[in-house]
Amino acid sequence: MARKRKRVMPGFGLTFGCCVLYLGLIVLIPISTIFASSAGMTWENFWATITSRRVMAAYKLSFMASFLAALVNVVFGFIVTWALVRYRFPGRKLIDAMVDLPFALPTAVAGICLATIYARTGWLGGLLEPLGIKVAYNQAGIVIALIFIGLPFVVRTVQPVLEDLGQDVEDAAACLGASRWQTFRRIILPELTPALLAGFALAFARGLGEYGSVIFIAGNIPMKSEIAPLLIITKLEEYNTPGATAIAVVMLAASFIMLFAINTIQRWSSRHMER
Amino acid sequence: MSIEVTNIIKSFNEQPVLKDISLRVDTGELVALLGPSGCGKTTLLRVIAGLELPDSGRIMLHDEDVAKVQAGKRKVGFVFQHYALFRHMTVFENVAFGLRVRRGASRLAKGAIRQKVTKLLQLIQMENLADRYPHQLSGGQRQRVALVRALAVEPKILLLDEPFGSLDARVRQELRTWLRKLHDEIHLTGIFVTHDQEEALEVADRVVVMDQGKIEQVGTPQEVFHNPASEFVMTFLGNVNLFHGRVEDGKITLGQAGSATDTQIITRLFVRPHDFEVSRTPAADNFQAAILRINAAGPNVRLELKSRFNEEFAADISHELARSLNLNAGDTVYVKPRNVRVFPPNHKAD
Repeated sequence: MARKRKRVMPGFGLTFGCCVLYLGLIVLIPISTIFASSAGMTWENFWATITSRRVMAAYKLSFMASFLAALVNVVFGFIVTWALVRYRFPGRKLIDAMVDLPFALPTAVAGICLATIYARTGWLGGLLEPLGIKVAYNQAGIVIALIFIGLPFVVRTVQPVLEDLGQDVEDAAACLGASRWQTFRRIILPELTPALLAGFALAFARGLGEYGSVIFIAGNIPMKSEIAPLLIITKLEEYNTPGATAIAVVMLAASFIMLFAINTIQRWSSRHMER
Repeated sequence: MSIEVTNIIKSFNEQPVLKDISLRVDTGELVALLGPSGCGKTTLLRVIAGLELPDSGRIMLHDEDVAKVQAGKRKVGFVFQHYALFRHMTVFENVAFGLRVRRGASRLAKGAIRQKVTKLLQLIQMENLADRYPHQLSGGQRQRVALVRALAVEPKILLLDEPFGSLDARVRQELRTWLRKLHDEIHLTGIFVTHDQEEALEVADRVVVMDQGKIEQVGTPQEVFHNPASEFVMTFLGNVNLFHGRVEDGKITLGQAGSATDTQIITRLFVRPHDFEVSRTPAADNFQAAILRINAAGPNVRLELKSRFNEEFAADISHELARSLNLNAGDTVYVKPRNVRVFPPNHKAD
């Protein structure tokens, strides 16, 4: 029955074919070479590479820092979005445009800038140093760089949804006696949860893969502030391609599982939305 | 609980929306705010609910000034034009919302909330749809949920903004009758906004006709329909024919051929379609007209006519009369207006 069913919208075959071909050429085939390359290793060798203490520390750091940065971005990205959508103030369009800067700026430039101001001799670093807070060349620096990179993902996913959220549901809640906080907690937040999760997933994924900005501010001390992507580059520079791809395979698998999980939660949280 | 607004003025971006509105609604009354879109009727409703603050003027609910009282504390139920249901909540949770957000002594126990919501859902015969989400309901069902959601907090006043505006004709008629019955049972003070004159005349105890931020007339449906206070009310309520004519010594002459003499005033004359006598014989008090079209589908036969003064108009006559006159398009008939209305020409100027 399904095979013969007529579709109202023509062109399914063509567009689906394009979709598969495109994804294959651009995404799947390049990524599959990672598996092909690491397949040359023996299982013991592979296992030893991915479970070595230095690699494990890098994984932990990469995932933790990305997670933390995405979390911070969800909170503050939401506040930025709220201000941009709900209020009219001079310079709003300018600030709106500034949100996209992390998209456009070469990440290495961002890393160098951040390292400069957060270093002991820099503006902010000089202020934080006496308080015993060391940001640059430290794990905190990695999180800061990832926050910088991830912000637009959260803002740009939440913004259209918040703009779409009608004023009348808030009015309705107010008439029914809800306080501003109750309206936010019970009406606005649930409506935005799917978008916030999507923004979180994007920022998190971006953080995992980020390399350029992080290496300039991280200090790259093995076991302490060395991220997984850097370790991959290091292995490559040692001509240890199988070792590099082994680390990449684990990164890939882990991030795919996490993104899939977040997407599932997101779908679940939007189960009652109109399609 | 009575509603009294006095000298309400409200502008948006220096565009006046409400120009000095004063209105009193007595306890238990159901009043319709009727007017074309943009006349300020919805704004007036929102001002009463506390969703909008007036630039000046006073709002008294049950003889208490509510200027400083927040919307949620005014004991006002508000039904929004597009329902404004919470789409991430089930029907049950939507109705329960107003009870769940209560704090302090007025807070009900879980069981009491369940009982109350179930009773309200029974009232709209939707207790078996309690677990549905709003997008799984029809327009009429959503509107009823919106209504009982507002009623759940036991408001003393119910305000409805175009309650049936986006429903199809049959559901609309049904809900209209239902609303009237409900109002008679629970006896709230109610105001509803509508641009549909039929709805206003059928459901309301009194009708407030508004235009361009001002109240044109307040009265019972009979009063506003049969004794319109202005040209606007006359043309807005029901079909009406416009003629040009002259008035001299209280005598009205149709047609505007030639210029008026000093003692004559050229004026606009209004006649409702059902206020015509149609015959086949000329007389001193009727005038000649040609039939352009006949539409017999409906309780009356509608004749589209062209007078000998070249003005097109419509007349409604009974099916019996139409049959006995044996009318056909193109025929000539003689028409006598029974009830001609003239309004002071300066009325629109202010």
